[in-house]
Amino acid sequence: MTTGGKSLGWASKRDFYAGGLMILLGLGAALEGQNYNIGTMRQMGPGFMPVALGVVLVLIGITIAGTSLAGVADDGESALPAQPDWRGWLCIIAGPLLFIIFGKFGGMAPATFACVFVSAMGDRSASWKGSFLLALGITVFGVALFSYILKVPFPVFKFFNLVPL
Amino acid sequence: MIETALDGLWFGFRVALEPHNIAWCFVGVLIGNMVGVLPGMGVLATISILLPLTFTMKPVAAILMLAGVYYGAQYGGAICSILLNLPCHPPHAVTCLDGYPMTQQGRGGVALGITMLSSFVGASFGITEMIFLAPVLVQVALQFGPAEICSLMLLGLLAGSTLARGSPLKGVAMTVFGLLLGVVGSDVNTGVPRFTFGITELYDGIEIVALALGLFGIAEFLKSINQKIEINLQYTKVRLRDLRPSVADLKQAAFPMIRGTLIGSLCALIPGTGPTIASFVSYAAEKKISKTPERFGRGAIEGVACPEASTHSSVQGDFIPTMSLGIPGDAVMALLLGALIIQGIQPGPQLIREHPEIFWGLIASFWIGNIMLVLLNVPMIGIWVKLLTIPYRYLYPSALFFVCIGVYSANNDLFGVAETLAIGIFGYVLLLLGFHPAPILLGFVLGPRFEENFRRAMLLSRGDIFTFVERPISAVFIGLCAVLILGQIYVRLRRPKTVAAFASTEQQAAAE
Repeated sequence: MTTGGKSLGWASKRDFYAGGLMILLGLGAALEGQNYNIGTMRQMGPGFMPVALGVVLVLIGITIAGTSLAGVADDGESALPAQPDWRGWLCIIAGPLLFIIFGKFGGMAPATFACVFVSAMGDRSASWKGSFLLALGITVFGVALFSYILKVPFPVFKFFNLVPL
Repeated sequence: MIETALDGLWFGFRVALEPHNIAWCFVGVLIGNMVGVLPGMGVLATISILLPLTFTMKPVAAILMLAGVYYGAQYGGAICSILLNLPCHPPHAVTCLDGYPMTQQGRGGVALGITMLSSFVGASFGITEMIFLAPVLVQVALQFGPAEICSLMLLGLLAGSTLARGSPLKGVAMTVFGLLLGVVGSDVNTGVPRFTFGITELYDGIEIVALALGLFGIAEFLKSINQKIEINLQYTKVRLRDLRPSVADLKQAAFPMIRGTLIGSLCALIPGTGPTIASFVSYAAEKKISKTPERFGRGAIEGVACPEASTHSSVQGDFIPTMSLGIPGDAVMALLLGALIIQGIQPGPQLIREHPEIFWGLIASFWIGNIMLVLLNVPMIGIWVKLLTIPYRYLYPSALFFVCIGVYSANNDLFGVAETLAIGIFGYVLLLLGFHPAPILLGFVLGPRFEENFRRAMLLSRGDIFTFVERPISAVFIGLCAVLILGQIYVRLRRPKTVAAFASTEQQAAAE
């Protein structure tokens, strides 16, 4: 995790962005909370907690960002990983996405196969054959375990039922 | 007091020894042990994957199994640290320091043997502590009104977020964020949907399984993919007879083991200081009082015995505030509390009285589980060592499937998978910005109860916020909160060298 943070410019102010994100989240919560009834101190409405927590989060965010700008506590670490790994990230994110899509239209077996196969390809040392065999193995094992033993209600195949459930 | 404890224990053993319960306890410790050995698999992710499967089980069996995963993983984690020098589980990071040099000297088997012994000693003490201490805590806690519960929760949340790893300020930010996530869904008192943005699936709130699997599953995979870890398998041939320590080894390890146990059991009582801190503190203490501190880091057997005993006594002790007060000390405990809540059981001081079978059954199962683990580890050491050789490129795709199907089976709905993915990506952003996501789970689990008690306390005091400092017990908790915050500020401003060094070793361990 040690990268020469100083030369990275904006990314080196990691705490500044961390604080900024907290301020945004807090503001969002506080503003959205205004839509619900805040009530009184004695009889609080559903809006009280979100607004209070939102304000606290904004204050903490300001402190985090402030100490970073003042140069007191910023660890000078980059907000970006040393090497962006787009292949790994895309494959891992695609796994669950494909699970949803294939699960909706194809059933558990194709969903499992697609999820494992695609996410396995995210590793730089993965081979087509290895990933294929892994996906096949996990599909057989997963269907046996979850569909037949644990009886999770998820059809194994629904090729003949093209209407999504 | 002793009599009621023994009565309870007797009752607990009858519950835990029912064939059904003992079987699930075995499944739990077996899975835990396996996950502990596998580099790159987390306890939190495993418990969350198993959580939906326990919905249809009886509450006792469910909690015995999930708890078994937690302490079972501690046994496995040590194997990974000692033989591979990989601190895949933070509490065992310290064990690498002396465990791996021992392995290099050909004494890896002895290190493992001593580890198992220390683990058992530590765990036994932690369980005993729980048997006697929890009922006392409950007696006190039963007197609490909403104001006391509220300030106690505040203390627990603050301790959990500031004493854990990383920057305390960021920890508090994550706790508040977790509390906010807990707000999502229909308001308990009025039924008004909050932060649902018109999505019907969110009316019941965010699914705890989705939150845990997003933060500790998907976000972790995004972080660790293609991070080359050098795995050196040259020392992984350990035979059963290598495990037996010599009499000299035992003599050397005996006192460190006891000291480690005591430190661990103390750490367990302070919320927020879980097994990881316990193991670091005990290793540092052991090195300090040793007559030959230069041997530490070069294969000193004390350096293995002490932190391992400490970890295990702290792991078991962690259950004390969770089961007796309903205040979880870390994310794993928060998840277990979540499991109880899903089963329809309100955690809190009334748990022991209303569900003695859960409380005492759990304690009894700890003994049974720990004995099973020793029996599992000794003869099967060869199999566990084989597991170490499974490369990460096969592990994470399989784990990703378990994440998807696990979260699907929580509601039998694919929406949960999308929820998990979104939380996972956001969790990775948080990781990149230097946040540790564990306090989110703490805040999320305690959030609804915190809000409910806060509103009730304000109603009872007719809107007077000072009720929290006017009631004596509550005032003590609030005072402790203030001490905690001021202490953190003091440490930040002064930053003595030891604290900085301690923090950096810990950060290293966390990074690895």
